[in-house]
Amino acid sequence: MSDSTASSPIASSQAAPDLQQSLRRDWMSVLARAEAAELERLWQALDEPAGHRLLRRPETGLVQLRGRIGGDGAPFNVGEAPVTRCSLVVEGERVGHAYVLGRDLRHAELAALLDALLQDPARRPRLLEAVIEPLRTTQAARRRARRRAAETTRVDFFTLVRGEASK
Amino acid sequence: MSVQTARPGDPSGLLRPGFAEPTLDAQRCFRILLDAMAHPGRIAELPVAIEPPPGLMAASAALCLTLLDAETPFWLDPAAAGAEAAAWLRFHCGCPLAADSRQAAFALVAGTAPDLTRFAEGDDLAPEASATLIWQVERLEESGPLVLTGPGIERKRALGLAPLAEGFLEAWAANGALFPCGLDLVLVCGGRLAALPRTTRIARRETDGED
Repeated sequence: MSDSTASSPIASSQAAPDLQQSLRRDWMSVLARAEAAELERLWQALDEPAGHRLLRRPETGLVQLRGRIGGDGAPFNVGEAPVTRCSLVVEGERVGHAYVLGRDLRHAELAALLDALLQDPARRPRLLEAVIEPLRTTQAARRRARRRAAETTRVDFFTLVRGEASK
Repeated sequence: MSVQTARPGDPSGLLRPGFAEPTLDAQRCFRILLDAMAHPGRIAELPVAIEPPPGLMAASAALCLTLLDAETPFWLDPAAAGAEAAAWLRFHCGCPLAADSRQAAFALVAGTAPDLTRFAEGDDLAPEASATLIWQVERLEESGPLVLTGPGIERKRALGLAPLAEGFLEAWAANGALFPCGLDLVLVCGGRLAALPRTTRIARRETDGED
């Protein structure tokens, strides 16, 4: 109880930017996880004028992945993964950024472009409906399918009564 | 109403692009700077089209993109450039902006005579740890009242630069006396540059002939 009363004034005073930020984080995440081909198809179907200016051309680099693969120890550098990033500006004021796993330059560019366009309140509802929601549905289905496939390999261990007792 | 980073008027919302060809342009500029350092006082033109942020000249912006990265703290003269240039540098170079000029590996200065004592001059064990200054001047030419001598110059070379305050030649001589420590200087004017490494000696011509 005391926790909720203490945090509520802070939450209400920053409600607008927080909401915006979590909203943007959400669509950026959906765009980054999308299949490049599906994103391209949805983008072509949109028929948006694609006038943008690249601030940072799509470029691929490596990021170090850290994890606790031992399950008990300190963070461990597991390996590296290629990440492609892109930044661009649309209509001179909206800056879109994208960081996408993999080496697909076009994917990063499209994700950055959609990030920039989604910041426009006038375009947002239409884009959320036409691009983000279909992508989210596909991703959820993909995740469900993977989980189902993994579930079939589950082994339930139980203890057998050993034979010696019967003698 | 819009997301924070896109607020009109926000310096980060009005970023300009960097090099058109990041790798090739940086290599080209680096080669030219290397040649300029090897031939002190010789003026070179940086062959890249770049739209610098307010306060930076084209050649300074190109040098920043060439030289700076996450491991080179940069000090930006508040008199030269403001928040938009700082945002541009952070975005394109990813360099930390040093609050203390002695921490900086590179610095951008403007005005009549940069205070050479406020930057790191290195020490005898690591003279390469000294700062390199990019000094933006309004006029830079290969003729004028200054006479350069030293390594990389066969006899002597003339240099004209403005604005130039009286105390600069003494400060530069003091900098040269620190050898092997000391600052290196890159003079920048628009898209052109000339280098003054720490070994170059500058004198004023005895007979005030031309200029």
